[in-house]
Amino acid sequence: MKAHQADRFATIMLWIGSLAIVAILIAFLTLILGRGLPHLTSEFFNGPDGVRGQLFNSFYILFLSLVLSLPVGLGAGIYMAEYAPKNKFTDLIRLSTESLASVPSIVFGLFGMIVFVNMFGLGFTILGGSATLALLNLPILVRVTEESLRAVPRSYREASLALGATMWQTLRKVILPTALPGLITGITLVAGRALGETAILIFTAGMNVSRIPFDVNPLAAGETLAVHLFAVKSNPLPGTNADQIADGTAALLIIMVIVFNICLTLPSRWLQRRQLGRNKV
Amino acid sequence: MDKIVVNKLDLFYGDQQALNNIGIAMKERSVTALIGPSGCGKSTFLRTLNRMQDLIPSVKIMGQVKIDGQDIYAAGTDVVLLRKKVGMVFQNPNPFPKSVFENVAYGPRIHGETDKKKLSEIVETSLKDAALWNEVKDRLHESALGLSGGQQQRLCIARLLAVGPEILLMDEPTSALDPISTMKIEELISELKDKYTIIIVTHNMHQASRVSDRTAFFLSGDLIEEDVTSVLFTRPAKKKTEDYISGRFG
Ligand SMILES: Nc1ncnc2c1ncn2[C@@H]1O[C@H](COP(=O)(O)OP(=O)(O)O)[C@@H](O)[C@H]1O
Ligand SMILES: [Mg+2]
Repeated sequence: MKAHQADRFATIMLWIGSLAIVAILIAFLTLILGRGLPHLTSEFFNGPDGVRGQLFNSFYILFLSLVLSLPVGLGAGIYMAEYAPKNKFTDLIRLSTESLASVPSIVFGLFGMIVFVNMFGLGFTILGGSATLALLNLPILVRVTEESLRAVPRSYREASLALGATMWQTLRKVILPTALPGLITGITLVAGRALGETAILIFTAGMNVSRIPFDVNPLAAGETLAVHLFAVKSNPLPGTNADQIADGTAALLIIMVIVFNICLTLPSRWLQRRQLGRNKV
Repeated sequence: MDKIVVNKLDLFYGDQQALNNIGIAMKERSVTALIGPSGCGKSTFLRTLNRMQDLIPSVKIMGQVKIDGQDIYAAGTDVVLLRKKVGMVFQNPNPFPKSVFENVAYGPRIHGETDKKKLSEIVETSLKDAALWNEVKDRLHESALGLSGGQQQRLCIARLLAVGPEILLMDEPTSALDPISTMKIEELISELKDKYTIIIVTHNMHQASRVSDRTAFFLSGDLIEEDVTSVLFTRPAKKKTEDYISGRFG
């Protein structure tokens, strides 16, 4: 009887917890989108104070930072999960990645400023911002990759190797496809951080927008939407609708993140389904 | 003709010796059962035959394992070719999280077969040889994880047959299965022995006597006795064998 009651109680608590999450999410979305969506006019993007440049910079920096961090992060994670021998040295690497993953982003920002802005003398650039973001995200990518790969059952590896597959074939055809959802989660996580990060980018990519539309010069300064939101709110320029711009920017940021997640999740679902065959259990 | 000849084989996990001076020969197209109490080294021995055991970093192997006269531990051995020839079925069915078709086509694909028609033929033949075709022919493109445990194990056998092996290693292939699935796998083994050399680990002595021609009894890393199955079970030469088969321990 007691166990039964405890079970009911736990079920109800868990249910309330999940419900609370959904409620918070809905409240959050209605508030931010409700306030911001009406301002998302063509003027908002293309007008004199328009955020077209910032919107472009956000995605450009996201793209560059992924280009810089994905190969290294995935590569290192795969190495740690599949190839690295278990010894003191690899334990040390693991410990370092874990510590790096919890360093506050503003410290990375300072580091990026010292290295890219000052030592390399680049000034505030999209490249410097992207590279610093890549550094911030690298440890997380390594960890997520390693963990997703470790979650793939050993029996799959054995089955593949026993059929005469090489380690590389096993990795490509069995382990990575099986680990894909985990990897996608990891990429979504770091992408979300890249889109939302301010501290790092203020120190490295600056708060200016190129006058040229869709300027792909990586050595130009590049304010992103999140930085713009911070700038507008903390230091409103006289004579502008700072609050409206801020509300619109916040809504736009949310939409961007949602769209980005969908763009990543749907193809991965599709790939997964193709992998698994129809009627996956 | 002897397909496999093992000579003075020692295996260590670190400092721990798990196989002592094993010597045994197995004839082509015969079924050999490996029996013995849990932890006596049956799986370890089986996995030395397709070099799966030396994937473990701490393992040291000494001695000789000859397959078709070639020492598989000699320098320059192509492990990929070896494992194509010496396939393995595991204790727990381990199909890939892919469709039935893709599971069977996996081996041929990694060994370079790209022709769609050829692949379909291989998949069909292999599934028929594994006595699974009739049960799955309408669901080839559904996930293999939706099959029952017994079907999954036969799928793993089909997946193995698809790469064209000559030797099948089976490590307690029915211990995770229900009696009916077990019976189907045992029937399958009797059919497969016309074409393949089979070595099966089993903790079930009835199974050993049902499916095998010869039986080898292992005890704490030693090969105690190896003989024609009916002889080993009725007139064992060694006291330890007799104790084990009469259920006095293990
Ligand atoms: N990967 C391993 N590392 C260290 N010791 C192992 C490993 N695998 C098996 N052993 C040891 O080797 C012995 C034989 O194991 P195993 O071959 O699995 O026995 P069986 O299959 O007969 O039950 C056992 O004592 C076991 O603890
Ligand atoms: Mg075993």
